Amino acid sequence: MGLVVLIVIWLITFISTYFFIAKTWWLPTGASAAAAGIDHHFATTYLLMGIVFVAAQLSLGYFAWKYRERPSSPPARYVHGNNMLEIVWTVLTAILFIGLNLMSSSIWASERFRPAEAGATQVEVTGMQFQWYFRYPGADGKFGATKPELIDASAGGESALGLDTSDPVAKDDVVTGTMYVPVNREVELILRAHDVIHSFFIPNMRFKQDAVPGLAIHMHFTPITIGDYEVTCAELCGLGHYKMHGMLKVVSQDEFDKWLAAREAEKQ
Amino acid sequence: MASYTPTVSIDEPRTSTGGNGVLPPSRYDGDDSGSHFFDTRLRRARLGLVVGLTGIAMIFISFTSAYIVRQGLPTLDPRTNLLLHDWFPVPLPRLLLINTVVLLISSITMELARRQTARKAALAQLASLHGVSVGAKEGISWLALTVVLGLSFLAGQWMTWRELAVSGFYVASSPSSSFVYLLTGMHGVHLLGGVVALLIAGVASVLRRAADSQFILMDVTGWYWHFMALLWLYILCLLEFAH
Amino acid sequence: MATREFAAHEAHAHAAPQGFIRKWVFSLDHKVIGLQYYFLALTAVLVGMFLSLLMRIHLIWPNITLPLLGEIKPETYLTLVTMHGTIMVFFVLTTAPQGGFGNYFLPIQIGAADMAFPVLNMLSFWVTALAFVVMLGAFFVTGGAPLHGWTGYPPLSAVPSAGPGEGPGADMWIISIALFCIGALMSALNFITTTLDMRAKGMSMMRMPLTCWAWFITAILGLLAFGVLFSAGILLLLDRNAGTSFYVPLTVFSGQIVAHKGGSPLLWQHLFWFFGHPEVYIAILPAMGLCSQLVSVFSRKPIFGYKAMVYAMLSIGLLGFMVWGHHMFMSGMSPYSAFAFSIMTMAIGVPSAIKTFNWLGTLWGGRIRLVSPMLFAIGFVSLFVSGGISGPFLAQPTLDIPLHDTAFVTGHFHLIMGVASIFGIFAATYYWFPKMFGRMMNESLARWHFWLTFVGTYCIFMPMHYAGMAGQPRRYSQFTELHYLEKLIPLNTFITFAAFVTISAQLIFVFNLFWSMKYGKKASDNPWEATTLEWTTATPPPHDNFGGHTPVVYNGPYEYGVPGAPRDYVMQTDPTTVAAH
Repeated sequence: MGLVVLIVIWLITFISTYFFIAKTWWLPTGASAAAAGIDHHFATTYLLMGIVFVAAQLSLGYFAWKYRERPSSPPARYVHGNNMLEIVWTVLTAILFIGLNLMSSSIWASERFRPAEAGATQVEVTGMQFQWYFRYPGADGKFGATKPELIDASAGGESALGLDTSDPVAKDDVVTGTMYVPVNREVELILRAHDVIHSFFIPNMRFKQDAVPGLAIHMHFTPITIGDYEVTCAELCGLGHYKMHGMLKVVSQDEFDKWLAAREAEKQ
Repeated sequence: MASYTPTVSIDEPRTSTGGNGVLPPSRYDGDDSGSHFFDTRLRRARLGLVVGLTGIAMIFISFTSAYIVRQGLPTLDPRTNLLLHDWFPVPLPRLLLINTVVLLISSITMELARRQTARKAALAQLASLHGVSVGAKEGISWLALTVVLGLSFLAGQWMTWRELAVSGFYVASSPSSSFVYLLTGMHGVHLLGGVVALLIAGVASVLRRAADSQFILMDVTGWYWHFMALLWLYILCLLEFAH
Repeated sequence: MATREFAAHEAHAHAAPQGFIRKWVFSLDHKVIGLQYYFLALTAVLVGMFLSLLMRIHLIWPNITLPLLGEIKPETYLTLVTMHGTIMVFFVLTTAPQGGFGNYFLPIQIGAADMAFPVLNMLSFWVTALAFVVMLGAFFVTGGAPLHGWTGYPPLSAVPSAGPGEGPGADMWIISIALFCIGALMSALNFITTTLDMRAKGMSMMRMPLTCWAWFITAILGLLAFGVLFSAGILLLLDRNAGTSFYVPLTVFSGQIVAHKGGSPLLWQHLFWFFGHPEVYIAILPAMGLCSQLVSVFSRKPIFGYKAMVYAMLSIGLLGFMVWGHHMFMSGMSPYSAFAFSIMTMAIGVPSAIKTFNWLGTLWGGRIRLVSPMLFAIGFVSLFVSGGISGPFLAQPTLDIPLHDTAFVTGHFHLIMGVASIFGIFAATYYWFPKMFGRMMNESLARWHFWLTFVGTYCIFMPMHYAGMAGQPRRYSQFTELHYLEKLIPLNTFITFAAFVTISAQLIFVFNLFWSMKYGKKASDNPWEATTLEWTTATPPPHDNFGGHTPVVYNGPYEYGVPGAPRDYVMQTDPTTVAAH
């Protein structure tokens, strides 16, 4: 039985570690400026914790086999512990865990402690059951007023946001169901929600932030690779949670300007 | 180092800590697993009460934290996209102060009732002896008076709610009014529990249950009652002064 | 100095009850109440497992029509998710280890005749049972059970028009949880008072078995945490039914403005997780205590580092109240608070690691008996390591960005709560069954159960980590809508088939449990040759636990392999000389 315990635990350890190392299922390709740092720290954590995982599991299996009771086994070692050992492994563990966290703190700080740069592409993201809408402020750089009374979810677009078309600032606002941003320029998001908590999750951008009713949350990221990226909702929001998705299209600055101009033209 | 040295035959239970025997001092000497000793039962009941009050305190601590957070929270006005503060304190009716005085007096009567029961319990042994008289029973039933005052407090709280409603402050009228109803309501529910405990104690007295058990019940209820009075003072200060 | 009244009281307190109702229904005996809690949890786990089976089927075959149940719609799937989580966390993991085994064995292991307040104990069970009935009742009211997840975030849980099941079903859910809180607080009161005030002569705190320490610390956590959940629930009930706006700001559902204003959804999250994080330690601590017990008994040597184990559990308890924000890194909470919470969260990993090292230290140099309770204890350590290792990933907000609300989280907490903690319950059952029922459980069936469950649960929950890293979100009723999820469907199919096998294997356990009660091999009073007080008394223990005499304790609880002793274990009540430990 001891040998079986060892074999099974060791097999489970090796097989699960294999799939981690082989990256059979892995983080999607990173396409934002922050992705490299996050992925690198992920790899560091993963390596260190992986070593701990393998060491602990292999020891467990080994001890279960080596110290199994047989008629020839020596008496068990009557020892109540070892204070020095306790201190050593406590300190080492604390250094490992807290050290890891401090290493990642600079990434967190750069993502979250500072506001978006001036000149960032501004997009207001609004989540509602079960659709994301994106609003661009237009040439005046300001978002127009919205009124809850004007919200008509079924009409889509501006009506879904309750855009107050009588507000002059709102005249150049563009509302779409697909998000376009220019590459290599920081994007400032203002996240809002109408009904329940949603979460704006772009796996490739390593971006996630809850959209909370009653709050307007400012966040930023910088896309660095042109392409199409799926956007999902990452906070349970009702029966349509599984199909609340959108698309982020990262394009060149030129294409973005053309696209925005075309949307403005459609409004006339 | 540990070693095994049989210095005592195993059949003889040790009752002292002489020789090499190790018997760390236990706080609770005596045959304690039997719960028939009065001081043990009283201590245990009081400990239980302290523990229970800790649990109840956490409920009111949570409400307090929600209160403080809500007070300071600016909310997003979706029309103007501006953050504004919408906390406007509720003017508390004067009746609340009268209720407070009633409750504090009831704490005094509760303490008198507790001591009345203590004396009864102390005399019970003597009074049970044949041919011994310990004098006439005590005059006022402080317990009954406490029940009356407690119920008056609760009635007064109800009247306060009516007064608030007349002034236009209902449960959902504003965040601050919600908290007024919430805090006074939860306190009232807990005080009602205390009143029920008093009624049970009263019934126990009438049915002439064991005097020591009666005292334990009154003692625990008494401390609970004082805690409710202090809690009320806390709530009052929170509502009145924490802006 | 007994007066007539005192003596009468004593006779009343220790006489065994007569009559079926007094003996088995409204019993005041902690042993009966413990069994009542256990069987309540057993019922709950069968319900909870069935719900998860339906969930796994739906994920792979979203359009299948099941016999009797028909097609599972997306909202029904979410109802399954909600009720599975709620029932498992509350009525299984917070009930069996503490209310079940704690109630049965805490008084005996400390040498007491019963809990401090037997009437309160009886009430706490019946309130919990009522809570379970109300919870199941949510399925049958108009609109059915809620779909807002066991975490119940408003506004989804606060506004009836937010989704099907968010009507009366959500109210029933809240009321059930409120009742559960009351039952838990009453129970915590009993455990704490009993541990502090009713230990037998010689049973100092540092001579208590680690199971008692675990139950004690768990009770303290419960005492401080359940009041907060209760308050959160009251505020939610008021928002739903009295028009208040504690949690709900102005919201618009399908163009309809809902009449709330100014509330904060984050307030719920803070209150809920202030409870919720200690809750997960409530779910795991008793299993940790038991694991310590079992690795010592079945390695025939003392637990390595008893004091360290006690301090580790105390640290886990204390730090457990300071880390709740790690559930909220993405919530819109201040990023500075997030950083503070993450440091505390990494800190709480340290005592957990210490405990693991000490378990390994206990195995090292032992004479290990690989009987079924020990297999489950070893399994527990393996699963605790696996589930624990993914914690430091999630504890760092930077890494939480890609991983929050993905299957990675689901894999993490299932390995710890859904498997390791459950292994604690299994281990406790196999270990204490002889003491409770006087017979041994069948060892062959136990081994089949162990191997199928150990391998099976790894097959279910380890792959979820891969899926989560690849971006698979939680609480999705199907993976057909997003292109990047398509390649994860084979992995999910594997998980579902592993679940079929593992869930079926639990039938072996249920059969073994009931069969052995009648036909199991008769057990001696101390079949495992263990030292703690429950093994000094008859099997099953008499009404007052020790048959009229009160035990006196001379030794620590883990005196195995004492050099020079006549046997390789020294009972706690054995007055022969052992150096003080």
